[in-house]
Amino acid sequence: MSEPDNVAALEKVEGAPGTPSSAVPEVGRSRTLGGDAWETLRGSWVFWGSLILIGVLVVMAIWPGLFTSVDPRACDAARSRQEPSGAAWFGYDVQGCDVYARTMYGARASMMVGGLSTLMALLLGAGMGIYAGFYGGWIDILLSRVTDIFIGIPILLGSIIILSSIPTPPDSDFLNVLKVSLAIAVLAWPSTARVARSAVIQVKQADFVAASRALGASRGWMIRKHILPNAAAPVIVITTISLGGYIGAEATLSFLGIGLQPPVVSWGIAINDAAAYIRNTPHMLFFPAIFLSLTVLAFIALGDVVREALDPKAM
Amino acid sequence: MASAETPAAPAPDTAAADPIMNVKGLVKHFPLRSGVVIKRQVGAVQAVDGVDLQVRPGETIGVVGESGCGKSTLAKLLIGLETPTAGSISLTGREMVGASGGKLKAMRRDVQMIFQDPYTSLNPRMTVGDIIAEPLEIHPDAVPKAQRTERVRELMSLVGLSPEHIDRYAHQFSGGQRQRIGIARGLALNPKLLICDEPVSALDVSVQAQVINLLQDLQNRLGISLIFIAHDLSVVRHISHRVAVMYLGRIVELGDKEQVYNNPQHPYTKALLSAVPNPDPAMRGKGNQIVLEGDPPSPANPPSGCRFRTRCWKAQAKCAEVDPGLELTSSGARAACHFPGDTPSQPEVAA
Repeated sequence: MSEPDNVAALEKVEGAPGTPSSAVPEVGRSRTLGGDAWETLRGSWVFWGSLILIGVLVVMAIWPGLFTSVDPRACDAARSRQEPSGAAWFGYDVQGCDVYARTMYGARASMMVGGLSTLMALLLGAGMGIYAGFYGGWIDILLSRVTDIFIGIPILLGSIIILSSIPTPPDSDFLNVLKVSLAIAVLAWPSTARVARSAVIQVKQADFVAASRALGASRGWMIRKHILPNAAAPVIVITTISLGGYIGAEATLSFLGIGLQPPVVSWGIAINDAAAYIRNTPHMLFFPAIFLSLTVLAFIALGDVVREALDPKAM
Repeated sequence: MASAETPAAPAPDTAAADPIMNVKGLVKHFPLRSGVVIKRQVGAVQAVDGVDLQVRPGETIGVVGESGCGKSTLAKLLIGLETPTAGSISLTGREMVGASGGKLKAMRRDVQMIFQDPYTSLNPRMTVGDIIAEPLEIHPDAVPKAQRTERVRELMSLVGLSPEHIDRYAHQFSGGQRQRIGIARGLALNPKLLICDEPVSALDVSVQAQVINLLQDLQNRLGISLIFIAHDLSVVRHISHRVAVMYLGRIVELGDKEQVYNNPQHPYTKALLSAVPNPDPAMRGKGNQIVLEGDPPSPANPPSGCRFRTRCWKAQAKCAEVDPGLELTSSGARAACHFPGDTPSQPEVAA
């Protein structure tokens, strides 16, 4: 009975409930996290659309000079609030700066705040969540209560308090961006921590983790080999979706005048400057707002399709 | 289905050899707590309560009993996934209870487990090769690194899987094949004892026999001992040399397969065996099936004295007072009953 040929023949007889359609297994189809998602994602136009949009925005953030040769800080008060024209596609703002150039250069601040706050929230949140979920007991109780406390602080109110109590570093754009990212991340990590914790608890109970424990595997081994690959999907999804939210939060804070500060070029600042003139010269507000919305939308749409692709029920 | 045509491997010469595993007075109580802030222990679920068992080299012990009688907890205790409340587990002379670190890790090599559900016991993100190689990587001294792939291929053919499928993922296999992967992983470190926790319950009937025959075949070839937990009595009869019947956390009857099946001594064993369906349609409904009344008592609050007395038709006043120990009976098996076998008891008292 142990000949492989007989086993293969018997395979067809099998029809046990829950048996997947593995009677005709495709050779070599990957079951890695990426492989799983790729099968679903590559046919989705939302995925490709948002990916291309994000790609363009990333290039814009790294090399804004590719899109415009105009210096965003070369302003001339004589051109103040001029309408879009052949010379300046998006027109000029209050200071007489080129809106197109400022919009292109503004991508960097938004993407950096989004990326940095996501990274910090991910490291802190996933770390806390994995630790709490895997070890359980009083560690879990303590960390979960800390998470609850942070989740109780409204993100906008909390970041206003944080940002208004830390002085803005005067002449470093990067420190300015870092300060805003930190304020967002400090308040945003709890949702990642909750998702990571519940995913870890779910995977921890699987028999393959018990089998590994029965073999004498160390905790590090179990987390690395079993917990992380199987608990990563929901964390990836919430991270992608919230990235868009963080970019929106940066713009909101900058609009309120407590986020990024000039001379940093950012969409939020541009919207703030333009808001007073919306009746007469709406173009000053319109273009940065469109780019902000597109960016947030692209990340949320990407997160949405990735969530569908990684949905364990569809696997 | 496993038929009686292929008999179990001849029972090894049991008396001479030292036991592989010696379990004494094994107890596992899960505490029941109540209270909002400060949790106080208000009781305990007595999942396993005083189990003695000796596993000899090369033998198969079948463990049967209804759901919730502590079979799976016993398996987890024996493999070290749960810490016993009391008792001792000695593995080839080394004490497993209380051992930790490198000592425990070394002992784990000798006992491995086959899980019930082949769908959750294999990591879906790992290839079959990685799954079977995991024990070898956790115990790097078992097989030199260069020979590990070769060892994995060898294990795959040993359990009847094609070594060409080493790079496939578990979901590309059927239930029976997945269980073979689990068996290969269990055998990777050459254990002396393999604990099978209902290894065929989740499988289709047509595949059950294949997996059981594979286990038997492996036992003959490798000389390992098996503890085979199941609730299917015919499967246990097919594969076991000795059978332990569990009820509410205790072993109520323990003996050679023939002794237990042909001449059950404990009333619970009798009732359990009488519940096996009769394949002969003409005999259906005419058998002397013993229908037990009521549900098994809660393991959090077991009855005094004999634990089976609340459902036993032989129960006497004595049964409520004195807890019967596992005593040798006329059949040669040991049973925990004051009135084993056909010993009559006065009919007027019922507990």
